[in-house]
Amino acid sequence: MTETAAPSPRITRRTLLKAGVAGGLTLLAAQWLYTRNSAPTVPDARFVTLDPRARAVVAAIVPVLLEGALPAGDAAAAAGDDVVIGVDKAIAGLPAAARKEVGQLFSLLALAPSRCLVAGVWSPWQEASPAAIAAFLARWRDSRFTLLRSAYAALHQLVMAAWYGNARAWPAIGYPGPPSLTSG
Amino acid sequence: MATAILRQSTLPDPFRDGLGQGWSVIDASTLAADLTLEADVAIVGTGAGGGTAAEIMADAGLKVVMIEEGPLMTSSDFSMREAEAYPQLYQESAARKTRDKAINILQGRCVGGGTTVNWTSSFRTPPRTLDFWLSEYGLSGFSPVDLVPWFARMETRLNIAPWAVAPNENNDVLRRGAQALGIPVGAIRRNVKGCWNIGYCGTGCPTDAKQSMLVTTIPAALQRGATLLTRARAWTFEHQGGRVTSLSCVGLDTRGTDPTARRISVRAKTFVSSAGAIGTPALLLRSKAPDPHGVAGKRTFLHPSLASAALMPERVDGFAGAPQTIYSDHFLDTLPLDGAVGYKLEAPPLHPLLVATTLPSFGSEHAGWMRELPHMQVVIALLRDGFHPASGGGTVGLRGDGTPVLDYPLNDYLWDGARRALLTMAEIQFAAGAKSVMPLHSTGVSYSTWRAAQAGIGALQLAPLAATVVSAHVMGGCPLGPDAKRASADPTGRHHQLENLYVFDGSLFPTSIGANPQLSIYAFAAKLAAGLAARLRPS
Repeated sequence: MTETAAPSPRITRRTLLKAGVAGGLTLLAAQWLYTRNSAPTVPDARFVTLDPRARAVVAAIVPVLLEGALPAGDAAAAAGDDVVIGVDKAIAGLPAAARKEVGQLFSLLALAPSRCLVAGVWSPWQEASPAAIAAFLARWRDSRFTLLRSAYAALHQLVMAAWYGNARAWPAIGYPGPPSLTSG
Repeated sequence: MATAILRQSTLPDPFRDGLGQGWSVIDASTLAADLTLEADVAIVGTGAGGGTAAEIMADAGLKVVMIEEGPLMTSSDFSMREAEAYPQLYQESAARKTRDKAINILQGRCVGGGTTVNWTSSFRTPPRTLDFWLSEYGLSGFSPVDLVPWFARMETRLNIAPWAVAPNENNDVLRRGAQALGIPVGAIRRNVKGCWNIGYCGTGCPTDAKQSMLVTTIPAALQRGATLLTRARAWTFEHQGGRVTSLSCVGLDTRGTDPTARRISVRAKTFVSSAGAIGTPALLLRSKAPDPHGVAGKRTFLHPSLASAALMPERVDGFAGAPQTIYSDHFLDTLPLDGAVGYKLEAPPLHPLLVATTLPSFGSEHAGWMRELPHMQVVIALLRDGFHPASGGGTVGLRGDGTPVLDYPLNDYLWDGARRALLTMAEIQFAAGAKSVMPLHSTGVSYSTWRAAQAGIGALQLAPLAATVVSAHVMGGCPLGPDAKRASADPTGRHHQLENLYVFDGSLFPTSIGANPQLSIYAFAAKLAAGLAARLRPS
């Protein structure tokens, strides 16, 4: 009853065309390739929505978005993992229409042709330098196209929510956490 | 440092006690089969409008069924953790957006609706707003004098009173800065009883001090035999010959995001839509309710809000203490209602997730601001939209899957107000002693003097998704009024085309309110519901 139509890809492609970014065919091809090449993987029970390639995108942008916020040293990797899991959980709490849009965003970022042409990141995410990733984020944030600014805003919101909603983030920002409630 | 949360089972939870006594509550996510319910009155939504109406209808001896899209969460469930509360208690995990994603909308979605998660600010509808509705929309019967008894009744019911405790520092900075500039401020009244002043209104009051619908009218209605159906999305009114015959609902999964296969049909003599100013128009649109003049869903208002962050020399701890206690209406009161857009000034609570997602920039710049959270102070300015021809508001439409989306274009009229508001807020913050002020904008630029801020904000590029714009108040879309060409509901709240359908919620307002809307919704819903109950009361 509520899963009857999928208008968003059309809108996204059209807006991209209008934006003059690489053309709609790129995204169309990217989505087709993405679906075709989604090899079955060992399911990871920690994740509800993000497939391994989308997780790789998130894992790459997290240390850049949260530079100076994530703990240093041994704790860094565990904190980064927490954020990727938190992003996945946050997406799972969104309605179907928003999940679909976020899914399109990650498929666009995950596939090499659109990663290069639309995001301007020329290395695979695992190999991309922090500087290249920061430049990509800043380009989208400052883009003259509303669509790219909104895509940046989505990445920003998901990652910031996933980290700062986590109690591990609180000591560094002087937030004591919720008070304990003792009655009487 | 990160204190463990000690949920004290010793704190009372009257709602759970009521469930133990046999209140009729059905969680549609657990239904094993489809369901049909019958009632005198079916009420869609349990927020300020639906909750108020439910008590009045049940008190009149009518059999009431309440239909709520969100879950039943009570004080024992409220952990004060944003990461849990937002997905549970808010529409779209507190990340609902306008169509172009330029405005983030905070809207409740749980038993009690927005009243369960709001910040308790209680204002009577400004008389100028009511006068405007009379002169521009012919809405008589709702003058300031007409509404006095309804405000008084709901203020008594919800313990709305002056807040005797000193404001927290986040609010006091607003007070001090404004007063230093000769800008008058006022104290906000709150709907609380025995408030612990801990500051977690937005994640559900863990002590049941907030007099939301969850702890007042809904328990009262249940005590009188009403039925509450949760995690059920009202999908369409079935109607024939100018009357609604039944309401079709879909069950939702436990996460509240996706429909299950369960269908619930509610048959009633009278139907009330209190689904809020996005939900009610969406329900009417899905139902293909007759709307010969194309009114439903148009002129939806948001109080689009700008924010300004400051770093103060002293600790602010904006996450602690009653979240909203000081306001200024100076930039509403001194401007003509139908001229350049005015704005109300308030302070928001500063919990880490909400702050982090709202602050611009990323990397070390963002992290630097977050490390200053205890010294951070934020002022917000709520634009009074809908009073000028250039402020037509937004339009609620339906996505392909039938869920609603609000298209709200931000235009130069609003950006002019946004710029003035950002200037005002920075000036106030510097006047209160701020070391640094950052208007929330994607550039993340901050200023260390008022002079620099004045020049910088004057030159900021204000555009969707460049300036940060948020909303916690959705109003309009099914306006009240005698003229069916311009209103969805007549002055009794009855739908102009469907004779047994009523609208009692924030969608009734012809413009925005120019104040936090809860008390306006309570008073309008109480007046309209009492009128309806008097006509329906079993004799």
